[in-house]
Amino acid sequence: MADAIMGIGGLKYDHKKRHRPPELNVFLALILIIGVFEILGQTLPYMNGQSFLFDTQGRFDSIFNEARLKIVILQVAIIGIIALGVTQVILTGGIDLSSGSIVGATAMIAMSFAQVGEVNGSPNTRAVFFEQGWVDLPVMIPVMVGLACGLFAGLINGLLVAYTRIPPFIATLGMMVTARGVAKWWTKGQPVSFPTESFATIGAGMTPVYIFVALAVLFYLIMRHTVYGKHTYAIGSNMDAARMSGINVQRHLTMVYTIAGGLAAIAAIVLSSKNLTAQAGMGVMYELDAIAMAVIGGISLQGGRGSIIGTALGALIFGVIISGFTYLRLDAYYQEMAKGAIIVGAVVLDQWRQRRAAHRL
Amino acid sequence: MNDIILETRGLTKHYGGVHALEDANFTLRRGEHVAIMGDNGAGKSTFVRQITGVEQPTRGEIHFDGNKVEFKGPIEAREAGIEAVFQTLALADHLDVPDNLFLGREKTKWNWLGPFRRLDYAAMHADTLAALEKTGVKIPSIRNTIQFMSGGQRQCVAIARTATFHSKLTIMDEPTAALGVQETAQVENIVRALKEQGEPLILISHNMRQVMDLCDRIVVFRRGRICANLRAADVSGEEVVAYITGAKTQAEYMVEDAL
Ligand SMILES: Nc1ncnc2c1ncn2[C@@H]1O[C@H](COP(=O)(O)OP(=O)(O)OP(=O)(O)O)[C@@H](O)[C@H]1O
Ligand SMILES: [Mg+2]
Repeated sequence: MADAIMGIGGLKYDHKKRHRPPELNVFLALILIIGVFEILGQTLPYMNGQSFLFDTQGRFDSIFNEARLKIVILQVAIIGIIALGVTQVILTGGIDLSSGSIVGATAMIAMSFAQVGEVNGSPNTRAVFFEQGWVDLPVMIPVMVGLACGLFAGLINGLLVAYTRIPPFIATLGMMVTARGVAKWWTKGQPVSFPTESFATIGAGMTPVYIFVALAVLFYLIMRHTVYGKHTYAIGSNMDAARMSGINVQRHLTMVYTIAGGLAAIAAIVLSSKNLTAQAGMGVMYELDAIAMAVIGGISLQGGRGSIIGTALGALIFGVIISGFTYLRLDAYYQEMAKGAIIVGAVVLDQWRQRRAAHRL
Repeated sequence: MNDIILETRGLTKHYGGVHALEDANFTLRRGEHVAIMGDNGAGKSTFVRQITGVEQPTRGEIHFDGNKVEFKGPIEAREAGIEAVFQTLALADHLDVPDNLFLGREKTKWNWLGPFRRLDYAAMHADTLAALEKTGVKIPSIRNTIQFMSGGQRQCVAIARTATFHSKLTIMDEPTAALGVQETAQVENIVRALKEQGEPLILISHNMRQVMDLCDRIVVFRRGRICANLRAADVSGEEVVAYITGAKTQAEYMVEDAL
């Protein structure tokens, strides 16, 4: 087909040599990091030749160490859910610092509607709504209440950012502090425990991973194939152009932050169900981990560039690094130090790639 | 039916202490092509931003298509039927050509999904090819993001955007400033096609030949004020330049005289 090698107006253009998608670079980085851990494991004397990735003891049907792979993905699934929302916010050129606190507040409130009335045969008098008799409620109620909390917090973020024009950093910082306050105030610092069986299934076993994957696919499709997604990119790319093109920027920003709040709420529900308890300190620093996943996945902090696939890969890199450090039996201190370096490194690398791309032309 | 499509009365815009536009009385008839000329900083783009709802005027009235309008934003102006190529082009760098062409009015399927309705990439792609053909632009691949495209290519994308959608009034702010000879000729053809279809146009340009060729009337801005209103057929290029530089002044800005 002549079309395949020709551009518009007779310019020569080889469609086969299109730019390498940036997600491919992230994927290669993932492979590289796994490789580094594998080699370190094989060469470090105290590791006794243990493998990071492969099943050397014939414990599983496949050649892979399935237990480790499960842990890698399970430990990033919940923060990964948050990262899906944070990605959308960053794509508009904003930032969301409140998601970790929204997780805390939502977990506390949702869990109080999910408690059982009886523990070991005696009445669970410490249930938050024991006196009101709101115990053993159907699972839909805590889920709906939790979602409503997250959406509401996100809505406030969105309204602040879109209509008062204060920087997203400040607006969501305010929500970060306030929501954490709500989480502590709700039970005056007491943990909320003993969920109903049906609530406990939401986060049981590998369910968090399935929820993460389902949401990732959903938002991949939304960001790539819907008007909502296109406008999110347009706003992050050039907000004035978006406005002049007739996009209702304020309404759209409100929607993006609201959705991010909703995703934080889903993470909170899954997390509290998985832990069988909710505590006021839940989700501390999750916002930074979620931002890190997005940044590692190639989402530009300037907005307009990156994709959900990138974030999902970023989340995996994150999980691999944490598991890798545990595998090499390195202290958690080193983990944190390395995490910081990796985040900064990812941004520097991205900036450098952008500049190089600009020079090539 | 009223013969006048756009009229401004005493349109004024101040940016703090900057009097960018003062007391502009401007009239445009149906089917008429009017050029706005003037030095840099004369207030031409400012005038465009007021009538396209991008900014709200400090004072003054705008009448469009027989009604007094107060556009709160560009969406309202566009819905009323005003289509503009802005001097800043208003393009999103990280999107590709079809995305930019259809930004804000995408072709969609599954419209019951509201904001999550599905983009019809195939249809937009086909229409983009057709629209770019009209501008004669050369672009390697419309699927690439426009961020590294040349100034002229970007300008053609912005022009193709207005040419794709039918409107009651088209405004072009220096549409050919960065274009090569061939592309300029193509854009001028687009303008002529609008004339044949009887669609009115406001063209802002520094190119005297182009203005003389394409427009019925020339309105000269100077230091934020409209200082002359001339029938293109009646004046020479030198005369227009004299008005632009202030060497010559028209006693009274009279619309009726020039119409
Ligand atoms: N947002 C703004 N804030 C302050 N001053 C502004 C603003 N926009 C425009 N101006 C000033 O208003 C005046 C008119 O600007 P405008 O852009 O309308 O000029 P122009 O006639 O379009 O010039 P050019 O031919 O260079 O495009 C200039 O002095 C400019 O500096
Ligand atoms: Mg201008």
